[in-house]
Amino acid sequence: MEITFEHKQSAHCESGVIVNMLNHYGIKLSEPMVLGLTYGLFFTHMPFVKMSGMAVTSFRTFPGMLFSRISKMLNMQSSMRRYIIQSHAMRDLDALLSDGIPVGCVVGMYYLPYMPFEYRFHFNGHNICIVGKDEQSNEYIVSDPMLNAKVRLLPRDLQKVRFAKGGTYPLLGQMYWINKVPDSLPDMPMLVRKAIHKNCWWMTSQPQCVTFAGVNGIELLSRRITKWEDEFGPRRAALNLAQVIRMLEEIGTGGAGFRFMYAAFLQEAAQMTGVNTLNEFSERMTQIGDMWRDFAYRSARMFKKRSSGEQYTYSDLSCLLHEIAQNERQFFTELNKVV
Amino acid sequence: MKVGDVPQDSKYLNGNSEINYAVDDNGRYQQIASTGWSVKNDALDFVMDDINEECAEILERVKLGETSLLEYYAAKNVMSLELLSRYTGISLRKIRQHLDPHKFAELDESVLLKYADALRISVDELTTFPQTDQ
Repeated sequence: MEITFEHKQSAHCESGVIVNMLNHYGIKLSEPMVLGLTYGLFFTHMPFVKMSGMAVTSFRTFPGMLFSRISKMLNMQSSMRRYIIQSHAMRDLDALLSDGIPVGCVVGMYYLPYMPFEYRFHFNGHNICIVGKDEQSNEYIVSDPMLNAKVRLLPRDLQKVRFAKGGTYPLLGQMYWINKVPDSLPDMPMLVRKAIHKNCWWMTSQPQCVTFAGVNGIELLSRRITKWEDEFGPRRAALNLAQVIRMLEEIGTGGAGFRFMYAAFLQEAAQMTGVNTLNEFSERMTQIGDMWRDFAYRSARMFKKRSSGEQYTYSDLSCLLHEIAQNERQFFTELNKVV
Repeated sequence: MKVGDVPQDSKYLNGNSEINYAVDDNGRYQQIASTGWSVKNDALDFVMDDINEECAEILERVKLGETSLLEYYAAKNVMSLELLSRYTGISLRKIRQHLDPHKFAELDESVLLKYADALRISVDELTTFPQTDQ
């Protein structure tokens, strides 16, 4: 049995699952709108959380927040569940599927059979949507927003990825689904304004002592990056830098760590609310995104062993990050005033 | 980023593409598929080189009888021993013992199966010296 489910590829997994799920229930929102409404743009650099032994840097809010925030924003009845007993997690999934309900699952990327080897992070925060089960082959039909078509997963593989034990966050078969959508959407311009305010708060409200989150986090990274070579040696320093670049660009951010996606949201927001200055803010966010891309480009020069052309040092990168941090702080402070 | 600047540097995506957001000539944002970006490919190359170098070094030590293939396959999967312990449920102390080639050679099929499962290979592969360094 397969639910009639339109699969659309997205930049990011969690927002992508939400876009496809909402669309299934007749609510058409774009991926940038979902990111914006869930005030998902963020920055954290956490030396105390490790992936492959290196500090985790993230350009978005914490995994799992997007779905709960969009449910609340749109006044939608939804459920989210975790399990201790694996067979119960699979039994409940089957029950929901047979009721025709698409189910979002949080899974570990490492064991996903269809992921190319190079993309198998030990990171347990990937989102996929299960949209059916083939009775003959017993395979699950999966809509993974990172892929351009639906794929299939064997039950034992799905169970394994839902309960992946290693990785940054151990998994407990977390799954979520929509029970009922409201008959009509709430006042969208009001929601958009509210979400923009919240995003500004998340980026700029932290006191100086909270160094790892929001714009403060970018400044922390800018300070730490200059010490990497002394602290870890050249090779490991470059590996740390490579990890930042991979978080910035590789894990489906739509480019420049969600900055371009947020700029796209601001454009839609301008149209929706009639606040035309938001278009100017969108352009400014695009420029900040371009700076992030420049940061990635300059960093990559440092991995290449015998590259010709200009070379950069860690202090150059640190200066650029500092500049980005100043721009983002100014941006969100001013954005907060116009909506 | 402009629509025309969306990079198409295919290398790792195996025919798949990823969505980028870029601005068109009218200044409006569009979703554009990208087959990859050389900057990301360089970052990934660098990480893969590092893994391969570490694996080659471990294989040398395997040849000298200083460590077991378990360490090699863990490194190949970018898995620290702590991570391997979490995936398999085998204690870190035991895993360290299994890095001894003699102890590793005496392991039960059931333990080997746990390791092989976590490392995404067969028991045969886990216990045979790899032919090539890939």
